[in-house]
Amino acid sequence: MGTHKKISKIAMSMVVVISGFATVVSTAAISAEKKSRAEWKKEYVRPSEIPFPKENPYTAAKADLGRTLFFDPRLSGANYISCGTCHNPSFARGDGLAKGIGHAMTKLGRRTPTILNLAFGEDLMWDGRFETLEQQALGPMSAPVEMNQNMKAIVAELQQIPEYQTLFNVSFPGKGITVENIAKAIATFERTVVSGVAPFDRWGAGDDHAISTSAKRGFDLFNNKANCVACHSGWNFTDSSFHDIGMPDKDIGRGKVVPGVVVMQHAFKVPTLRNAVERAPYMHDGSLKNLYSVVEHYDNGFVTRPSKSEEIYKLKLTSVEKTDLVEFMKTLSSKDAPIAFPRLPAYDQTVAGSLNVSPAAGPSAGSTANRVPKGACNSFLMHYIPCSK
Amino acid sequence: MKTKILACAMATLFVVAGAAPVTAEVVINQKAKKFDKKKIEIKKGETVKFVNSDSISHNIHSRSAGYKFDLGVSKPGTTASKVFDKAGKFKVRCAIHPKMKLTVKVN
Ligand SMILES: [Cu+2]
Repeated sequence: MGTHKKISKIAMSMVVVISGFATVVSTAAISAEKKSRAEWKKEYVRPSEIPFPKENPYTAAKADLGRTLFFDPRLSGANYISCGTCHNPSFARGDGLAKGIGHAMTKLGRRTPTILNLAFGEDLMWDGRFETLEQQALGPMSAPVEMNQNMKAIVAELQQIPEYQTLFNVSFPGKGITVENIAKAIATFERTVVSGVAPFDRWGAGDDHAISTSAKRGFDLFNNKANCVACHSGWNFTDSSFHDIGMPDKDIGRGKVVPGVVVMQHAFKVPTLRNAVERAPYMHDGSLKNLYSVVEHYDNGFVTRPSKSEEIYKLKLTSVEKTDLVEFMKTLSSKDAPIAFPRLPAYDQTVAGSLNVSPAAGPSAGSTANRVPKGACNSFLMHYIPCSK
Repeated sequence: MKTKILACAMATLFVVAGAAPVTAEVVINQKAKKFDKKKIEIKKGETVKFVNSDSISHNIHSRSAGYKFDLGVSKPGTTASKVFDKAGKFKVRCAIHPKMKLTVKVN
């Protein structure tokens, strides 16, 4: 396995319904030989455990706290946007919009990515600018155009809520409410958000009637003629890679984070296809309205430029083949039970007073206020408070 | 299994090349979106040869402070080489596949 951080693990059965598959480590692909359908199925077996980093191991209390924080709008500057506003469980942890909407109805530059299965990811966000889920959790919270939360004010805000003090002390003994612990709790919760067993998994486990004949043909196309497997590989249907798939917009994506590497221009993170059918519209720019349009894009709809991925080429799919691919992708959706929203901790009722209103988060352009001191620029903080130049 | 056989063949090549007087060469194989090693130790001036045995392209690069380089796209079946002419510990990654990580310690 590629990640070096998989130290502590918890069984997936602790948080999601476990699949009927045996745990099989996929064997190295042999590129020259054509694999059979049965061999391909083995490449997509669900893992039995969720990996957690040793720096932030799993505890049930921490995951619960993270869930509460995730759905608490008081984590935003104006106290009306929670992480769950955009990563809505009803839309498979997306928002159903072409482009995300943030603080004061600001239209964001890219589509809201799902938080499903991020425990298995690497380099998060469409452009991969956050290496860990802990860093990522604080990015949107502190971004002026997203949740607009002043990260210096958030600790004081949560301290006004006695139950949060208790919950943080349980999860982080001796440390309590800190920005780092907010991130650790949310990241722990997010790692437990794993897509459930889908018809495809039941088919893989031996139920031949779990998916349609068309979907089965789609699976063969996925792994062969349509070459989807070049990037959407493994049980999570992504290898976490970055590719320029030829969307015609001006956004250079990963190119801004990794300048100088030709193929990273216009490159974006390959998203999971698990439960994708519930997350229209598609692509980083939200420009494609359904999965059929996505298949058409890969068939012959991409623009060609020096950065275009080598894995993208004209597929010459027939209309039946396109339908088969869509039918296959539909089988990757689990019918998960409805999510219970957490009860949010109440404010202190014992003393009179008015609520502290969080000052605006964003330092205006050129401002040096609210920046990490120069010497601390490589620290954890730099990812959500800009560094002094 | 094939991967292993290939890796052995590469190791043999390396030994032969290593016997040559001028510079040694270390071979890293890329297969199933993985490097076949996680860490290597070499001497300053030695070459690391990155062989792409996959059916997809890779792109070796490093963003290590003070030692950034980019070998560009390496198509299936091709090889990209890098002479490490500076001592230190460097993180080498595939720009396309972030799970592909290699630490090169240059003595
Ligand atoms: Cu690669």
